[in-house]
Amino acid sequence: MTTQLGGPATRALPAPEKFRERSESAAGRIVKIVLLGLLVATAIWAAFPLAEGRHWIGLGVLAATTAGLLYLYLTRRHIPAKYLVPGTIFLIVFQIFPVLYTASTAFTNFGDGHRGSKADAVTAIQTASVTRVPGSTEYALSIATAGDPATGALVFLITDPTSRAVSIGDAGGLRPAPGGVTVNSAGRVTAAPGYTVLNAGQASARSREITDFAVPTAAGAIRSAGLSRAYEGKAVRAYDAATDSIRDTVTGQVWRADDELGAFVAADGERLAQGWRVGVGFANFTRVLTDDTISRDFLRTLIWDFVFAIGSTGGTFLLGMFCAIALQSTRMRFRGFYRIVMVLPYAMPSFAMLLVWRDMFNTDFGLINNVLGTGVDWLGTGLTAQLAVLLVQLWLGYPYMFLVTTGALQAIPAELTDATRVDGAGPFQSFRQVKLPLLLVALTPLLISSFAFNFNNFNAIYLTTEGGPFPADNPSNGATDLLITYTYRLAFGGSGAQYGYAAAISIFIFLIVAVVSAVSFRRTRAQEEVYS
Amino acid sequence: MRIRTAGVIAASMLCLAGAAACGDSKDDKAAGSNAPSAAAASGELVIWADDKRSAALQPFAEKFGQENGVTVKIQAISKDQQTTFLTASQQGSGPDVMVGAHDWIGNLVQNGAVDPVQLSDEQKTGLQAGALKAVTFNGQTYGVPYATENLGLIRNTDLAPAAPATIEDLVATGKKLKAQKKVSEILCLQAGQNGDAYHAYPLYASAGGYLFGTTASGDYDAKDLGVGKAGSIAAFEKLRALGEKGDGALKRSITSDNSIATFTGKKCAFLVSGPWATADVKKANITYDISPVPGFSGGKEATPFLGVQTFYVASKGKNKALAQEFVTNYVTTPELAVALYNAEPRPPALTAALDQVKAQDPDLVKWTEAGKNAIPLPAIPAMAAIWEPFGKAEAAVIGGADATKTVEAAAKTISAQIK
Repeated sequence: MTTQLGGPATRALPAPEKFRERSESAAGRIVKIVLLGLLVATAIWAAFPLAEGRHWIGLGVLAATTAGLLYLYLTRRHIPAKYLVPGTIFLIVFQIFPVLYTASTAFTNFGDGHRGSKADAVTAIQTASVTRVPGSTEYALSIATAGDPATGALVFLITDPTSRAVSIGDAGGLRPAPGGVTVNSAGRVTAAPGYTVLNAGQASARSREITDFAVPTAAGAIRSAGLSRAYEGKAVRAYDAATDSIRDTVTGQVWRADDELGAFVAADGERLAQGWRVGVGFANFTRVLTDDTISRDFLRTLIWDFVFAIGSTGGTFLLGMFCAIALQSTRMRFRGFYRIVMVLPYAMPSFAMLLVWRDMFNTDFGLINNVLGTGVDWLGTGLTAQLAVLLVQLWLGYPYMFLVTTGALQAIPAELTDATRVDGAGPFQSFRQVKLPLLLVALTPLLISSFAFNFNNFNAIYLTTEGGPFPADNPSNGATDLLITYTYRLAFGGSGAQYGYAAAISIFIFLIVAVVSAVSFRRTRAQEEVYS
Repeated sequence: MRIRTAGVIAASMLCLAGAAACGDSKDDKAAGSNAPSAAAASGELVIWADDKRSAALQPFAEKFGQENGVTVKIQAISKDQQTTFLTASQQGSGPDVMVGAHDWIGNLVQNGAVDPVQLSDEQKTGLQAGALKAVTFNGQTYGVPYATENLGLIRNTDLAPAAPATIEDLVATGKKLKAQKKVSEILCLQAGQNGDAYHAYPLYASAGGYLFGTTASGDYDAKDLGVGKAGSIAAFEKLRALGEKGDGALKRSITSDNSIATFTGKKCAFLVSGPWATADVKKANITYDISPVPGFSGGKEATPFLGVQTFYVASKGKNKALAQEFVTNYVTTPELAVALYNAEPRPPALTAALDQVKAQDPDLVKWTEAGKNAIPLPAIPAMAAIWEPFGKAEAAVIGGADATKTVEAAAKTISAQIK
């Protein structure tokens, strides 16, 4: 090293001149320009929807962030910040923001029927209530403007199908068209003096205006059904801002806005289907704690969840370790081949393998019963289904444990084993008292993370048993349900999506996993102190 | 140094200006949707459909685009179409037209995601009555139906030459064939470990069960739940008698994955399935016939569900007027219905199109015959609460569980979710 970089001692230190030169090499400068250009372009690209949606706070945050980043990378100062800021931004965007979003969702009724804002719900209710006036005529429609097709005031040119009389309709109402109007064979107006008839492309550019356009008539209003037909319709339900309620003009029924439920509710308790999103405080959390169907099964599910997580992790670890130790023996031939075969299950996508295993456990057509000649109802009874799930986990998981144990074994010096032999210990005693403790120090963190993963191993259950089999008197909680599959079904499986409720449940699950992991890590640390 | 800094700044400014220029053109376009110049006037219609249908729609979308001077974009959504559609339209990035099953309607309406369409009387009479009824919700037509589907009984005529008149007949024939070792299963009706309410429904209805009562206006009434009533308990008793502890005609080991394959593998003589199974059956060179799903002897008719594929107008679409035009005045033409039939053979909802394809496809007549008494799959939001508990109860009784206890537990779960 010194021979190649040999020279005056002063040049070994990064001279300010040299440092500056390196920080601004041509390639570096180009990368910097491109990245900053991309940053600015992205910011501008993101700014338009924000401005369009009038999210001024978001726009302010965007402008401030962009300006801050530009300043940071165009100045020579704040060297550490240059390295820390990108990671911090990714941390905020991909970790902190989702967590905060989940937490804030948990306090709302967000879900099917409560997705949008109150204004959305009112619009949806009014639009859905527009019905055709009974016995009204079906008109042929041409859309026209007075003057420029893009900016001129809209008019409807409508033709009565029987009399072929053409009328002009605008916000003021309907009046007969003056002479000189050309009508095609389908009854649609193709030219009218003083108006520009729009083609579909021009009309579709003003789509929103056309949909909202209504020509008032005695019985209701003439509205468009597409671009070539018009009908006389009437909005039966209307929103009254003064009383904050929806009124049905035919039956006279009134639904008042209930801002705690996020729905319009009638005096008899009937709700309109279209609701909106509101904050519900701790309602979702108390529901988890007080709901009968949850509290009744919670403990049973929790216990099985622990059994499953410990069983999966422990089983795979024991088998993986056994294989690793067996294959470490130098007396074994074809070790490379065995190692490759051993890792195969790990190389398969578990997603597909779980489905294959599910079919292998089929009572009548499954490979397992066919090969063994048995008629075990594997996934049909609780205990066998639990055993089946654990077997699948064992098959899928032991290669990973085999790999990490092999790695950890390499790190244990062979001299230690030799030393125990000198001291008169047998192979098992030597393994039990020297190798295993050293292995565990290295592997315990992995075992804990594997436990945490299996505790919430949604795929393993959902793709094989879907939580089943279910007891005859309880379709909501099956024998192999983990907390995560059980709550997934509660939140999404039943009557539509309930994101707010699901978010509250996921916070509970997070708390359980966090406590379990924290306790185990504390114990690991204690263990490390003992052996070190 | 100063020159270099200036260079960096200048380059950044250039990038900025370039990006701003792009932004400007984009801005033009955005403004264009409100007030375009006459030359730039061209609308864009975005249609979402599943993979198969989007391929069939492509040529017609292009034709519609050319005729009207607009661009039509078709996007294939391969999975979770309903949720994807709901989420996207909530965020303002959804399509103008959505193609999907009619039983989404209740949920789409309660989320304000679709607009009603106004069909003329003439267009309405051109559609099959059942299909039109299926897309009607709260007295409004939400979308234009284009194809129907229902369950029927596919029979291997080499093994069972005569169509069974009742389930009892079917079981007797199946048992005889099994005793002769010609088949290993009596009936291929998919259930699986967690049941399948859709496929069990014809038998459930025949034995006297119902899901929801109807209101005076003919809509389903979520307040009148049929699961848990005496009729449903009697029906589950009958399913239990057909199950693993009884005749062995219904089995949890027959699932959605293996039911058709078991039939095409000639391991059973009878398959309860829909038009989607015919392609596989033909490929397996099985001589087959299609008949209605038989009911219990002395029971009611075995009414399958009628499912209807529908074109919806998205309420948050950017081009609703054009979407309405496409859905109400173009989807109702027979050409499109026939093309979609050719992409996937399900009976068209348009009577004119159905008559046109009937001549070339005798199976189609049999499928519509099997679905003659089909009832529209309930599209009310409460239906979502039925599927899982009903299916699990079905699986439990097929496995031999007590029918009364099971149905009552399912009814409790369902009514707790309906509220």
